[in-house]
Formats: sequence, structure tokens, C-alpha cells
Amino acid sequence: MISVQIKKRLGDFALDVGFEAPRGVTAIFGRSGSGKTSVINAIAGLMRPDAGRIVVDGRDLTAVPVHKRNLGVVFQDARLFPHMTVAKNLAYGGAHDSDKIVELLGLGALMNRFPKALSGGEKSRVALGRALMSKPALLLLDEPLAALDAPRKTEILSYLERLRDEMDVPMIYVSHDMSEVARLATTIVIMEAGRVVRAGPMGAVLAHPEAVGLLGARDAGAVLAATVVNHDEAGGLTRLSFDGGDIVLPKVLGAVGQNVRLRIPAQDVILAVERPKGISARNILPVTITALDEAGTGVAVGLQAGASPLLARITTASAHEMHLKVGMEIYAIIKATAVSPEA
Amino acid sequence: MMWQAVFLSLQVSAVATICALPLAIWVAHVLARKQFRGHGLLNGLVHLPLVLPPVVTGYLLLIVFGKQGAVGGFLYDWFGITLAFRWTGAALAAAIMGFPLMVRAIRLGFEAVDAGLEDAARTLGASRARVFGTVTLPLVMPAILAGAVLGFAKALGEFGATITFVAAIPGQTQTIPSAIYGLLQVPNQESDVIVLVSISVALAMGALVASEWLARRMVAR
Repeated sequence: MISVQIKKRLGDFALDVGFEAPRGVTAIFGRSGSGKTSVINAIAGLMRPDAGRIVVDGRDLTAVPVHKRNLGVVFQDARLFPHMTVAKNLAYGGAHDSDKIVELLGLGALMNRFPKALSGGEKSRVALGRALMSKPALLLLDEPLAALDAPRKTEILSYLERLRDEMDVPMIYVSHDMSEVARLATTIVIMEAGRVVRAGPMGAVLAHPEAVGLLGARDAGAVLAATVVNHDEAGGLTRLSFDGGDIVLPKVLGAVGQNVRLRIPAQDVILAVERPKGISARNILPVTITALDEAGTGVAVGLQAGASPLLARITTASAHEMHLKVGMEIYAIIKATAVSPEA
Repeated sequence: MMWQAVFLSLQVSAVATICALPLAIWVAHVLARKQFRGHGLLNGLVHLPLVLPPVVTGYLLLIVFGKQGAVGGFLYDWFGITLAFRWTGAALAAAIMGFPLMVRAIRLGFEAVDAGLEDAARTLGASRARVFGTVTLPLVMPAILAGAVLGFAKALGEFGATITFVAAIPGQTQTIPSAIYGLLQVPNQESDVIVLVSISVALAMGALVASEWLARRMVAR
């Protein structure tokens, strides 16, 4: 359990943040300049808030000096010590579980190298390993993937998923990239201009109709737990099942029976009053409208497929012409998107 | 007499550098990293010997550290230490004249160290002292070396403050520069002058080469 209350004036910028999060991965999401890094710095003790209280697992850290907080921090720029080998960097904060961490992050071959001789992805892994070996009560990650290219991002993300699932390390993960957040987080805190605008369980916050206005139709949308049903190797398709129906994805993902996280952005959902025929989209689900919410230039439509909430964003004109009303039973056509395996 | 001057110069410069270095590191760190009232005053004070005429610095040293001086009198009365007209006084003069050069070089080193690395070390459980010893100091080491070489070279060449404060007593306070000056006042001593000048050049070059080599070895890691 993490409880954070921080107030801080930084010139013209006022930071006033409060949220609580259960164990697991908490994502702090927001545009650059929204104050995310300041929150991490305050929790780590690197920035002294004007007022507030920071409690991690029942331990009040507010007045504890940085080096006694026992929190691991992974900075965006890795911050490895340039005059030490990887082995010395890793051991700087302790050697807790070192064999397991070296194995998990694939660091064995890097031990005698200096940071200068590491690639971006390797640096991130070493920084992550170094923070973990100090046996932190909480791992703070400040956009650890921002400086990496797409393949490295995917690689580090899968390492982070293993940490979450195999080592049960609680994390606060700062990011402005919803695809990262959707893969990792259990709780999301959305920040804007130094304030928390929404906080709560990720699925509920992102699938809420208000999320469209808050985040845009690309980032807002359902995040669902699904299971791999079968593969169609010839067509390169994977069939996934969630409690609102089946979805087919044009990729082979995970083993049969494996749980994956399915993300359906609001902009990737098309609505039809009748079941459409002669259409290329393969995923057509019967749904019930639960909410209609004006969201800027369009309408956010809350939907229910089985027990799962979905979210669509359509134009105001379409909403008018289709005579959409809460309680109506319609069809959602879904362009399949991001998924990630989940233990 | 010629070789006496060379060895005395080396002794004076080495002692001056070694004694001034820890203080220079501390002052450089304070100037580079701390915000406090009197920051500008401290900075000015450190740089004063650089801009004052050396003879004035020597005269001030004589007033403060001479046997009748405030500090000099105290040192003599309580510890029996005399600085004026002794080699120790020459070392003090050399240290004070070289101090601003050392502080400038080392301060640049501290300013170049990424404070983010120190933050990272703190989050890994290191106390401020451990961070300084294991992260800051090793990263500043090339600058400290550069500062030490500058200070040493300045000490070897120091003339004005030294001759004012401790004169040029052969075998006691006569360093290479004052020996050269003394020889130039007497006819037909050119050969000795050339030897001393050559030694001066060789020492200066040697110090530069040594520091360059050490710095390169550290950067290579």
C-alpha cells in the first residue's frame, strides 16, 4: 500500500498530488511537464515537498533521508557510475538476490564491462538490476524506456513483466506512453498540470467514458484479461476469448491457455445498429450501451460486452443519426490491437 | 649552491602542493556545490593572490606570519614555529600563490560531475560521505590532478611573494627563481643560469607530461 500526499511550489508550477495505490504496478501517466518526475523525486526523497506525507507499506518516509528510504529508483538516463564496471555498479547498493537478478535480466556477459561500452538497452537492464539488488520496498521507474528504440522497449517491457510476476516487486512506473502502461499497470494515476485528475484500477479508469475527453480516443479504451483459445498458423491468427466473446488477432501470441492482456482503444471500435454483413473486420461483438458522454468533438459510448466494459468514440453526427440511447443493444466492430502476455 | 636551490625548490613545491590540496578540494567543492551567504566573498578571497602583486602578498604574509605578526607571533610563542625567512615560509608563500589555480581547476571538475549520479548513489543507500568518496571524488580525480600540477608548477616558479616573505638565503630559502635572479646580478655566471633554466623547463614539462599520462589512464577506464 502506497499513500502519497505532496504539495510543492516550483516557480510558476504548483504540484498538488494525492493518491493511494495497492501493491502491484502503479502507473503515473501524463504529458511531459505534468509533474510526474517531481512526484517520483519527492517519493525518493530527492525533492523536499513543502507539505505532505509519503507512506509506503505503513512506513512514514516523509522525514527519512534519501539513503535510508530503501526505495529503488531507475532513472530515464540510467545513471550508471562511469568509473565502475557493471559488476561494481550492480553491487553498489547491495547484493540481494544477485544471482537470480543477473539471470533474470541477462547480465552475466556484461559484468566486466564499463558503462561506456554498453548499448542503451543494456544500460537500462543494468540500472534495473542495480536498483533491485538493494532490495527496495518499492521500485520507482522514471520513464525507463523513453531513451530506447522500439525493439529495446519491447525487450525491457518483458523484463519488467517478469519482475512484476516472478519477483513480486511493487513498482511506480512513470510514463507518457499508454501502450507501456496498459501492459504493466494494475493501478493508474493520471496527472495534468501538477494535479491528479483520475486515479484507480486501470481497467475501470481507462474504460470510463470520461477517459475519452481526458486522454483522447487513442489512449482511452478497455483493457481486458483474455485467454488464448487456439492458433490458426496458416492464416497467422490467434483466437482469444474474454467474457464478452471471442476476438481474433492477426498475430500469433502466446501458448494456448495463456492469459494475455487485451487493449482496445476507443478509436478502434466502430458501432453498428444491425449486425453488419460483407465486412472485412472479423471481430463483431453484440454489446449494450451503458453510457453516452459528450467528449469534445465526439461522443464517448460506454459499452458492455458480457461482464466486460468497452469504450468507443464516435462523431456527434453519427450518434444522432443512429439514435443511440442507453440500454440499446447494438454491435461493436473491433480492430484488434495491443496485447501482452500476463502470468 | 646551484643544486641546493633545485632540491629546495622541489621540497618547497611538493610540501606546498600536498598541504594545500585537501583544503583546495574542500573549497572547490563548497564553491561549486553550495549556496550560502558569503559565497562571493570566499570566491574573491581565494582569487586574491592571483590578482594582487606578488610583492604585496609577500608583504602581507610578513605582517601576518612574521614573528611580530598576529598569527606568526602566536605560532612562535606557543609552538616555537618560525615561518619568516625559513623554507617553511617559502612553502606557505608558494601554497598561497598556487591555491587559486588549484581551486579553479578542481572546481571545474566538481561542476562537470553529474549531480544525478550522486542522487542515484543516495537512492542506493549511500550516505553523503560515501557518495563523496565513491562517486564524486573518483570522477573529479582528473581535475584534482590537473589542479595539483598547476599548483606545483606555480610553486616552482613563485618569486615575488617568496623573496619578500623569506628573502633568498642560499640553502635555506633560495629557490630556483631567486637563484637565477641572484646569478644574473653577478657577471660571468651564464653557464649556471643556463643549467638552472634548463632544469626549470624540464621540471615543468615533466609535471605536465606526468599529469597528462595519469589523467589519460583514468579516462581510459
